[in-house]
Formats: sequence, structure tokens, C-alpha cells
Amino acid sequence: MNTAPLLQVKDVCKAFPKPDGEGQHIVLEGVNLTINEGEVVGLLGRSGSGKSTLLRCIAGLSSPTGGTLSYLGEPIEGPAHGIAMVFQSFAIFPWLTVYENVALGLEALRVAPPEIRRRALAAIDLIGLDGFESAYPRELSGGMRQRVGFARALVVHPNILLMDEPFSALDVLTAETLRTDFLDLWTEGRMPIKGVILVTHNIEEAVLMCDRILVFASNPGRILTEIRVTLPQPRNRLDPTFRALVESIYVVMTTRLAGEAHARNERFPGLGIGTVLPHVSSNLLAGLMETVAGAPFYGTADLPKIASDLQMEIDELFPVAETLQMMRFAEVAGGDIRLTELGNAFANAEPDERKRIFSRQLLNYVPLAQHIRRVLDERPTHVARKSRFSDELEDHMSEDDAERTLRAMISLGRYAEAFAYDDENAAFSLENPS
Amino acid sequence: MKRTEPFAFVRELATRWDAVALVIVLGLVVALGEASRGLLEPLAKLKATPISLDPAQLPFYAARSTLRMFAALGVSLVFTFTYATWAAKSARAGKLLVPILDILQSVPILSFISITVVFFMSLAPGRVVGAEFAAIFAVFTSQAWNMAFSFYQSLRTVPQELREAAQSFHLSGWMTFWQVEVPFSLPGLIWNTMMSMSGGWFFVVASEALTVGHTSLALPGIGSYIAVAIEQKNMAAIGWAIGAMLVVIILYDQLLFRPLVAWADRLKFEQDATGRPPSSWALTVMQRSRLLSLITDGFFATVRWTSSKLPIAKPRTARAGPAPDNTLRDRLFLTLVIAIVALGLWHIAADLIANTTVTEALRVCGLSLITMVRVFVFIGVASLIWVPVGVWVGLRPRVMAYVQPAAQFMAAFPAQLLFPVVVFFIVRWKLTPDIWLSPLMILGTQWYILFNVIAGASSIPGELRYAAQNFNLRGWQWWKTLALPAVFPYYVTGAITASGGSWNAAFVAEYTSWGSTQVTAHGVGAYLAQASAAGDFHGIVLGTVSMCLFVIIINRLFWRPLYYYAERRYRLA
Repeated sequence: MNTAPLLQVKDVCKAFPKPDGEGQHIVLEGVNLTINEGEVVGLLGRSGSGKSTLLRCIAGLSSPTGGTLSYLGEPIEGPAHGIAMVFQSFAIFPWLTVYENVALGLEALRVAPPEIRRRALAAIDLIGLDGFESAYPRELSGGMRQRVGFARALVVHPNILLMDEPFSALDVLTAETLRTDFLDLWTEGRMPIKGVILVTHNIEEAVLMCDRILVFASNPGRILTEIRVTLPQPRNRLDPTFRALVESIYVVMTTRLAGEAHARNERFPGLGIGTVLPHVSSNLLAGLMETVAGAPFYGTADLPKIASDLQMEIDELFPVAETLQMMRFAEVAGGDIRLTELGNAFANAEPDERKRIFSRQLLNYVPLAQHIRRVLDERPTHVARKSRFSDELEDHMSEDDAERTLRAMISLGRYAEAFAYDDENAAFSLENPS
Repeated sequence: MKRTEPFAFVRELATRWDAVALVIVLGLVVALGEASRGLLEPLAKLKATPISLDPAQLPFYAARSTLRMFAALGVSLVFTFTYATWAAKSARAGKLLVPILDILQSVPILSFISITVVFFMSLAPGRVVGAEFAAIFAVFTSQAWNMAFSFYQSLRTVPQELREAAQSFHLSGWMTFWQVEVPFSLPGLIWNTMMSMSGGWFFVVASEALTVGHTSLALPGIGSYIAVAIEQKNMAAIGWAIGAMLVVIILYDQLLFRPLVAWADRLKFEQDATGRPPSSWALTVMQRSRLLSLITDGFFATVRWTSSKLPIAKPRTARAGPAPDNTLRDRLFLTLVIAIVALGLWHIAADLIANTTVTEALRVCGLSLITMVRVFVFIGVASLIWVPVGVWVGLRPRVMAYVQPAAQFMAAFPAQLLFPVVVFFIVRWKLTPDIWLSPLMILGTQWYILFNVIAGASSIPGELRYAAQNFNLRGWQWWKTLALPAVFPYYVTGAITASGGSWNAAFVAEYTSWGSTQVTAHGVGAYLAQASAAGDFHGIVLGTVSMCLFVIIINRLFWRPLYYYAERRYRLA
């Protein structure tokens, strides 16, 4: 008997060198994790928290810059036999039929043809695809395509099943059906797997499916905390214990949010422009403030409630909340969002007044906006190339992040009419077209 | 409708590697030219079968020309699968191979054909097979580059998740190539092959009947047939040749490419594409007769069989962190490149520059300028005509159903078959060749503008058109705000193809004949044709190099920036 745990991850780090060759960006820092038999473990976090990177290291598709990963005691140095993966965008081959897609993994392992046939048909049957064997993926709905993804992963009889946000590309109803089907098969022990790792940014999904949830934090990606879910399966989303658990995870994640926003302002003294800004449209900012200001919230709202009311995932909601917090329109803590006086004033103001408030807050509290405005004011021509700022940002962040941050800044600056931007010449200016 | 997309991955104006590639390609041209000079004499006594103008012989000639086309296609496919794969898989080799491909695209093949003829014939002295090789080589050089480009680009854009899936399910490199990368690339490759074949008819016809110095070649084929017909001033025979060519192109289109395109549609990666999938009666017949499933099943069985014979893949992820020490191989590679470049430079200096007087060089440059002006003027004229027509057609689906295949058909038709008709009138009415020969250059290539514009106009979203209607946009305002911006990226793609083709056409268009009467326009094309007829290898090399440089400079300074501008500003996502 092998007594080694299914999977052991020790002190795993992942970093990419910066484009200019000086220093590196840390994506994942000091991750420790053990998966035992019979566990569903969730990796929960926002995009950029390194959870997908960790999953790819476990899958052997990418290798860590530090630390070790081992599967049944053997180090992982490439895709291991016994670890299979389900992809977010399904990643099934459009030129192969359902059957051929499922059989491909067995062919690669040189399984004898009669055995391939038996196992492929069994997997197709198990996952509810019988009758679709000869269909091409383009003939299938998203839900059926992801079922092919599951059948393809299960047919190789893996010990560990890796799932990379497998339901996030599906509509709400289809996703729920697939989750329930999967949980039924899992709890009845009808799948040949011994452990599951699920990457998700959906808090309810994590609570619904996992025995253990690892909450990830960003910048750099690391495990923030571990939460055990002891509710028996099948779980009921409306069960008060379930709701309380969801609420508590929101609290953990928003506490972090508040802390991060605070820490960020101090991380780069001086200019303070090293903050990565999420791209959030001004419509979303105004929309959230209006929603929170109005009935039934009147200024203070429970984030899980808002998320389900507005049908927003945390990946969409948190950046908006974070931006509002940065501009002092709201405070986020303890799983709640509370509008400040200015936030309420904004929500009730006329468009012109809104722009005045927005512009003032932007120039007062967003260091990058201040900086761009100051440079433009100081120059006699009141014009500055975009590259002047992206060079500066790239000292603090990756090229992609710098581009994203500037795009976000341009969008906010335009709404506030704090400065203008000409895409054709890639230049900021103070002139607004009259 | 899919568009060919040139240069989507080479974004800078020019890199060091471009310069290296330029030296290598030009060095090769010069070296080959000089080497072939000494080989010319022994070839004088070549027995060629005389060409008969009997129309009954035409099916045989047509079949021979077609065979040459397919032979070249086979070579092109082999080239595509090896060269492009190498370029895509090896970062080191790719740095050099991709720019070389780009420069090769700019070499005017036709002018160079007399050199390659001599070269290939020297490999099999006194026998026709050398000439056959040369003709096939000429067609190959007209087909291979864009096919290789398309394949390279597809290999580089296989979606990350598909690659990861293949890797995590332990597919070996061989399996991944045939079951993931090739199927993913096929729709694009088939489309480019079709374009290549269309372009190829022009070259197969041009390469069959050639005179190099004292050696005259006439390979049995439609090209030779028409050359003899021109010599004998036989208008009826020219009519027959045009008819035969029409039949051949229709057959190959209906029996090969429509079925292929319709079949490849299932391989498209974008799975939720709207619109009716392409259809083909021949495909339906083949599917019903199970011929097709026999072929595809056979293919996949072979892939599976070969895969199962190879050892199980043990993929290992590259260790992250500092890259393994490759400096030695890098240095070797660099040394090799430097040596080749030095050799190329030496050839260019010793053989070309040393033997060229300044006056001669200036004269060839001047002639190239004249040809350039001609190309631009007539691309402009063709645009003025075909852009409005294309927009009109593209907005009417029922008209488009007839016009679009016709335009693609015309692009495939080797335009020089129609030259005699024009030249006949120039001779009869004593028209100025410098003006009246010029339209011949875009006779065959203008269709690229037309069918690209049609494709662009048909892809204007219905809602934009309704919005324009709703705001009552009319006349010039409608063109300025809706039609022209919407078709502009497509137009640029068409114009680039048309311009490239016209440079090649200059070789046959500027120097034509009717019976014993020579009709010549001033230009680098005529210069090359004359040098070729006289067996003046130095002239051929000089003209080729000059034309090559002109084409490259125009591409880099004009077409490429225009293409990016169009893509950035006017592409409807």
C-alpha cells in the first residue's frame, strides 16, 4: 500500500522575469497543499490570484520556479498518468466526434482497441452522452460539450480530477445541472476518481461542491485561509448554515480587499502610481452606487445579496467595489459595502454635478490620475505621449498590467473630463473637443 | 468568405533578420544566375516534340498542364509541412526562416525562370525532363510561399487550451501534429492552396514555352499551344485554347476545391459560426459513394497506426527559471548565419556589382520606376471601377451568388491567353505600346480587388446598413461613412495581392508579339524578357534584383503600413 497522500504541494512559487530583465513578477508565493483520498478541494480567488497557475503546475503543464509537487510520492515533472483535467473552454477537438474525442486519451496510452471501445462507451454512458457518440462538437450545446470534457477526463481512470472553472462558460441553469450531476456521481462513488481539485471564482459553487476551500489572495498569489465545509451532501443553497458560510467567505475576502487597498497606497511612496487598476466602466460604478443608495439598501448592502440580485460574480463585483473604495465613494468591510456621504451625494446628483464630484475624487485619490494631470499641466503644450506613462508604470508592474491600468485610467479620465486622450496619436492632452 | 491575411505577424518595418534574409535570397539569385551561365551552351541541341494546333490535341495538352500544376502542388505541400513546421517549432530557426519566406514572396519568379530552366536542364542534359522540372519549379515558387505562411501562422495560433489538453492527455508530438495541429490549420491551408492554384495557372502557361538564348523550349501544354498559335497568327486556335482553359478551371474548381472547402468547414475552430456552410454537389456525390469516408478513414487509420508504433510520450515540462544553457548552439547558429551572409554578400559584390556599370544600374532602376508607375496607375484605375461594383454586388446576396464565383474564376484564368486579342489590335491600329500594353498587367490580377471588396461589402452588419438608411444617408455621404470604411481592410488585402501579381505579369505584358511583330513597352519587365530571350544572364540577374528590391521597398513602405492602418481603424470586429 502506498501511504503517500494523493498529492502534496510544498512551498510552490512561480515567478516570471520582467520584460526589461530586472527582477521578476511573483505570481504564486509559498503555496502548501495536501490532497487526501475522497476530498473535493476548491481553490477560490479572483482572477490573477494564481489559482489557475497552481492548477497548471499540478497538471504538469507548467513548472514552478520553486518548491516541489508530488503525486503519490513521485515528483511531478510533466503531465502525470493519473491526473486528468477539465478545461474552462472545454478544449475538445472540433474535428473529432464525441466518441473520437473520448477515445483519444486512451489511444495515446496505447490501450488495446477493444478495451478503448469498451471504456470510451462506458464513460460516454456514465456522463449522460449516450446517443451523441457520432455527433461533432459544433452540433452540441455548451453543456453537452463540457460533458464531453468530463467523459474525456474520466475515461483515462485518473486518481485526481482537475477542474479549471469548468462551469463558468455555461449559463446558470446548465451549470447547475452539470454540478448536480457531477456531485451525484461523486457521492455515489460511480466515478473512478479519488480526489478532485476545483478552481473557481464563484463562492457559492465552492461551498456547494467542496469539502475544503482554499481562499487565494492576489499580488502575489498565495493561500489566504482554509475553510472546511462539513455540510452533508446534497447541500441546499437556502440552508441557513450554507448562507452563513457564504457570508463568512465574503467577509474574509472583503477584509482582505480593504486591507489591500490600504496597503497599496503605502506600498509605493512618492508618486504612488504603482497600483494596478481594474478596468471598470463608469456605468458600473454609477450603477452600483445607485443600487446601494436606493431601496432596499439605503446606503449599506450585503455583498452576497447584491451579487445575487445583480447576477454578478465576485470577479465582476469586487473590482467595482474596490474602485469605489479607492475613490472614497464607499467602504467595503465585513462582507458589506457602505456608501460614504459623497457616494450618496453622487447617486442623487444630476449628470453635471456627478461629473464634478467624480472628477474631484479621481484627481484627489487616484495617484495615477493626479500624476497624468500634473504632467499635462506642467507642459506648455499640455500634451503627453502615452508611452511616457506606460514606461513609468512598467517599473512597477508587467507590460500587460500597465496597458490595462492605462486603459482603465483613460476611461475614467474621459468620464471625469479630467483629461482627453487621442488614440490615433496615443497621446494625452487637456483639450476636449468643443 | 475567408480572406487571406498577409503579414499578420511581422509587425516592424524591418528587422536585422529581414536584412539577413534579403542578403541570403539575393545572394542565391546571383549565385544561381552566374552558375547557370556556363551551363547554357550544351543545351542547344534539345529535341522537342513539335506542338500541333489541332484542337483535338488540346485535351491532351490541358491534361499535361494540369499534371504539372498538381506535381507542383505536391512539392508545395511537402515544403509547407516541413519548412513551416520547422519555422514554427524552432524559435532559433524561425527568426531566419520567416523573413526568408517573406523576401522570397517578393522575388518575381517569372523573370528568374530562364535561369532555373538552364539550371534544371543541366541536371538532365539533352532531355526534356529538365525542362519539366523547371516548369514545375516555377509553379512551385508561385504556390508555396503563401501556403507555408498560412500553415506557419496556424501552427502558432493553435489555442492554448487545445495544446494543454493534448499535452495533459499524453498525446505524442506526432499525434499532436496530425490530430491537433494539422486539422486546426486545414481550413486556412485549403483556402490558401486554392488561391495558390489560381495563381499557378498563370505560371504554368508562362513556363511551358520559353526561349533562352539559342534554346527554345516547348513542353506539351496549353502554354506552348498558345505560343505557337501566336507565332502562326491563328486566332481560331487561340479561341480553342481559351475554351480549353475555361473547361479545365471549371473542372478543377468543381471537382477538387469546392468539395475540399465544403469538407474543411467542419474543421473550423469557431464553432458557433453563423451563416450557411459552403456546399458542393461533388462533395455530396463523394460522400454518398463513400469515397470520401474511405479516404479520411484511411488517413486517420494511418495516423493511428503510425502513432501506435511510436513509444508512449513522456512529456516533461521545461524547467522554469533561467533557460538551459544554449549559448553554444546559439553561437553555432549565429556563426552559420554570418558565414552564409558573407557568402551571399561576396556573390553579390563579385558577380553583380563588379560587372555592373553605374549607367546600366541607373537604367534598370529607371525602368523599374516606369513599371512601378504603371502598376500603381492601373491598380488605381481598377480600384475606381471595381470598388463601386464590388460594393453594389456585395450588398445584394442574390447577385453575389453569381458574381463572386465568376470573379474568383477570372482570377484563376491565366490572363496571357487573352493578350493576343489585345496585341492584335495594337498592331493593327498602331497604338502606343507604352500605354496600351499596360492594362494587360492587371488583366488577371484586378479580380482580387473585386472579390475582396465583394466579401467586405457582404460582411457589413445589417444593423449598420439599417442605421444608415434610418439617418437617410445618401450619395457621397453614404459611401464616405459606411461603404468605403467598411470595405477598406478587404480592399487593401485585394490590392496587395493584385499589385504583387502585376509585377510578375510585367514580364509577359510589357514584351509581347503577334506573329513576327514584337510589341514592347518600356519597363523592367520588357528588359527582363529581352535579356532572357538573348540569354543575357547578367541582365536577368540585374533586372531580377532590381525588381525584387522595388517590390520589397514598396511593400514595406506602402502596403504594409496601409494594411495595419486599415486593420486598426476600420476592421469591424
